[in-house]
Amino acid sequence: MPAVSKGDGMRGLAVFISDIRNCKSKEAEIKRINKELANIRSKFKGDKALDGYSKKKYVCKLLFIFLLGHDIDFGHMEAVNLLSSNKYTEKQIGYLFISVLVNSNSELIRLINNAIKNDLSSRNPTFMCLALHCIANVGSREMAEAFASEIPRILVAGDTMDSVKQSAALCLLRLYKTSPDLVLMGEWTSRVVHLLNDQHMGVVTAAISLITCLSQKNPDEFKTCVSLAVSRLSRIVSSASTDLQDYTYYFVPAPWLSCKLLRLLQCYPPPEDGAVKGRLVECLETILNKAQEPPKSKKVQHSNAKNAILFEAISLIIHYDSEPNLLVRACNQLGQFLQHRETNLRYLALESMCTLASSEFSHEAVKTHIETVINALKTERDVSVRQRAADLLYAMCDRSNAKQIVAEMLSYLETADYSIREEMVLKVAILAEKYAVDYSWYVDTILNLIRIAGDYVSEEVWYRVIQIVINRDDVQGYAAKTVFEALQAPACHENMVKVGGYILGEFGNLIAGDPRSSPLVQFNLLHSKFHLCSVPTRALLLSAYIKFINLFPETKATIQEVLRCDSQIRNSDVELQQRAVEYLKLSSIASTDVLATVLEEMPPFPERESSILAKLKKKKGPGAVSVTELEDSKREGGELNGGGDRGPDTASTPSPSADLLGIRSAAPVGAAPASAGSLLVDVFSEAGTTTTLPSSSLFWLLFVCKNNGVLFENQLLQIGIKSEYRQNLGRMYLFYGNKTSVQFASFTTTPQLNVQTKPVEPLVEGGAQIQQVLNIECLTDFSDAPLLNIKFRYGGALQNLTLKLPVTINKFFQPTEMTSSDFFQRWKQLSQPQQEAQKIFKANHSMDTEVLKAKLLGLGTALLDNVDPNPENYVCAGVIQTKGQQVGCLLRLEPNAQAQMYRLTLRCSKDSVSRRLCELLAEQF
Amino acid sequence: MIKAILIFNNHGKPRLSKFYEHYNEDTEQQIIRETFHLVSKRDENVCNFLEGGMLIGGSDYKLIYRHYATLYFVFCVDSSESELGILDLIQVKVFVETLDKCFENVCELDLIFHVDKVHNILAEMVMGGMVLETNMNEIITQVDAQNKMEKSEAGIAGAPARAVSAVKNMNLPEMPRNINIGDISIKVPNLPSFK
Repeated sequence: MPAVSKGDGMRGLAVFISDIRNCKSKEAEIKRINKELANIRSKFKGDKALDGYSKKKYVCKLLFIFLLGHDIDFGHMEAVNLLSSNKYTEKQIGYLFISVLVNSNSELIRLINNAIKNDLSSRNPTFMCLALHCIANVGSREMAEAFASEIPRILVAGDTMDSVKQSAALCLLRLYKTSPDLVLMGEWTSRVVHLLNDQHMGVVTAAISLITCLSQKNPDEFKTCVSLAVSRLSRIVSSASTDLQDYTYYFVPAPWLSCKLLRLLQCYPPPEDGAVKGRLVECLETILNKAQEPPKSKKVQHSNAKNAILFEAISLIIHYDSEPNLLVRACNQLGQFLQHRETNLRYLALESMCTLASSEFSHEAVKTHIETVINALKTERDVSVRQRAADLLYAMCDRSNAKQIVAEMLSYLETADYSIREEMVLKVAILAEKYAVDYSWYVDTILNLIRIAGDYVSEEVWYRVIQIVINRDDVQGYAAKTVFEALQAPACHENMVKVGGYILGEFGNLIAGDPRSSPLVQFNLLHSKFHLCSVPTRALLLSAYIKFINLFPETKATIQEVLRCDSQIRNSDVELQQRAVEYLKLSSIASTDVLATVLEEMPPFPERESSILAKLKKKKGPGAVSVTELEDSKREGGELNGGGDRGPDTASTPSPSADLLGIRSAAPVGAAPASAGSLLVDVFSEAGTTTTLPSSSLFWLLFVCKNNGVLFENQLLQIGIKSEYRQNLGRMYLFYGNKTSVQFASFTTTPQLNVQTKPVEPLVEGGAQIQQVLNIECLTDFSDAPLLNIKFRYGGALQNLTLKLPVTINKFFQPTEMTSSDFFQRWKQLSQPQQEAQKIFKANHSMDTEVLKAKLLGLGTALLDNVDPNPENYVCAGVIQTKGQQVGCLLRLEPNAQAQMYRLTLRCSKDSVSRRLCELLAEQF
Repeated sequence: MIKAILIFNNHGKPRLSKFYEHYNEDTEQQIIRETFHLVSKRDENVCNFLEGGMLIGGSDYKLIYRHYATLYFVFCVDSSESELGILDLIQVKVFVETLDKCFENVCELDLIFHVDKVHNILAEMVMGGMVLETNMNEIITQVDAQNKMEKSEAGIAGAPARAVSAVKNMNLPEMPRNINIGDISIKVPNLPSFK
């Protein structure tokens, strides 16, 4: 039976652990563990109720097994049972198991919550702490729901023990991080801030983490913490090393707390109150002064603690960026550390200096350390430190020292660690471009880069050098000469061949005058590399060859010979074969003029943000590159497909007017999921069944601000639309184009409106197009668009499509011109809350003025100039004509280019119209 | 915020792992392996900071570690923590010195056999990824109080429990059998005397 001795009981556990440790092999260990798991499982399943001690022991064993890396899928219930034990040891093991092994969405959470609730109300500080720890460790939403209101009360209650207060503060912080919406500070705010004044340093330590996090989210509400933090800090800094007793660490008073206070202050701008600011500056000066004093102890802990505070103080000085005097002192201090014998300090000094380099006050001071940093890059043994040194060189680089820094980075690249080479290459490429005074230096640098670290030169880098060479004619000759020389090396990197091929193909003529680089010599040089290259490079070289034929007619015969040989014209790679065949043909049939036109020199590339910079940003963190650009280009692609109006083949007779009133009940539009993906549904895949396609809202949305274009397209069918509207009437031409070569049979279209339209021709021949006209009348305002149902047989399969017709309320707008005073008068008249609809949303498209104007005009309203006092904003007015009534609408769009946001406000004489327009428009910008 | 605290030995065997953000078990094990791989290949006397591995969040996180004899103590922290502060935390204020006091010259074996206690000590220092207490004496006072409670439960409060388990283990089924046999042996001699 268990010999419980000296408080560490559980001999069974100790025996088990010893067994595991005695296992000679991995297999033996696994065997022993499986045996134990089986044993525990049978104990837990057995009929005999286990006493608390055994439960505790087995749960402990499970914990140990888990730590060894084995999955534990039982025992949770027993651990939860332990929670309700009134013995500390059992309760504690239960909580431990739960903190380590229960994840936040376990179904046991309710039982756990119950146990926690009991412990929190037990008034036993040890139990309360255990419970708070558990909440902080699991931190699930359910727990937040259960305890978010309780914990602030414990935190600020007068009779709470200090240790419980500490735990409560951090527990609350955890809940705030996981579920900020549930933690409502409001009334607690000021009492929490005043914890900074608490007698007990431990409470302050815990509370400051909470306050820092809360101030980052709601800086204004917690503003008062600044002065409290400053006075606390000043008391610590000026205290003698013995004052704070236990919180003095190797002669440094409360280093951890000081760091945290300095961090908290970094959430705010410099204090406005002169007295507070003065006191803070005094503190910072004291900290800087102390760094110069002789150390009170030789122990590394002493200097660590002291310097931890110093680095935070420097961070704060850099953050304020307003005290030139302090900045320069900080810089000098870091300069000393750059040569310190402690590696940690050198690392941190390099890191801090990186941020210092971006301040205008200290940039020059940082630059004075360039030699030390370069030396660090060359001599540091530790790759982490070298990387920081490289970062700092990048940060301190400007026009004056670019050449030196780039040269140093290039030479470091030859020996750099593989893990940081790619980033180094990008940085060198960026610096070279950014600070290039003469572009021949830039070309040299990039070619060196390819030579030294070709494998790490990404496409972006060599694309960029070509872009720049093409855009700047002063460097083209030099570039051609340099690549020609570089290619003469017996072994050169494939990226060099790519750049060389491209540049000689474009500008080889610029160096052809020299007999040493005559056309044929150039060609032979390139072609000597051909066989060593991969397919994409060979393809590029073939293009260079055809360009040669244009540049140097005398090489034509040689090159045609090369193209004609079997290894080209019968190459197993389709791309290469096609190029060879086409280029050969082109060179033999086209006249010189045609050839010269086809193979003209590349036009300059449009200037845009360097693709390399974008790449570095991407490397530094996902999300740095916006997705909107991608989406924009997709969108353009969609619009290019337009132009479906090729002239009618068959015209159906004009249909009677479409009654839009009937739509609301008839059309289940809301149910149709609107997804762009539906466009891509393959109609072939389900032969024999019918395919229902909800109209793609993506395409549909494009029609809010325009009247013509392609409404729908898949492999079979393209539907184009042309429409016109006058007052409350509209006419819509629908063009159904058969994209296949096979006839569509039983072609019917049913607009789900109250219309009687003559059916379209039942057969659509392959490649043919038929037309249908819908006449539309708007009886009253509406929000759901009418649906159009299309059925036809393709092959044997019945195809069934349902599309939303792009008929929206704004189509019936009449523009209204008005003066500024009229506008504001009417704006005020429409002041009832329900008449206004407002939406704030992120820009999905370009915020370019012309694009916005075009969209607003396409909407159908009048765009009013000189109305809004802010010229950035857009103001529009119009009247929606329905059969029964007219609805006046005023619109205001306020773009915020910086935040990439819009605020859209609509006021209409009818509230449903405001809401609908607001929804429609919010998707447009 | 501290994202994870890991202790493993020179061979990469984890001796303590505490994650303050939720990962599934597999990822946790992978993070431990990745971290060990990153830390163990570094020379002695290089700096104690390095960028985190990909699994833990890459260069936004730092690994701050110390190597004592057979054990690596690694803290994975985000940019809101002071590097030197954390280094001190490992050293002292915390962790190692506290363990030292609690176990009287801590060694790897102590961590192995007292996982629960190490977790306890850690809980007094770090909670939900934030530092709770940096005063070693305070931590030790708390831990001592807990030990006392443990002892008292094992001693006085534990006595009834032990008594119960002792009784349970007295091989109960045999006791009634003895009594029965006794009864029979008493009755049997009586019967012949009637004859």
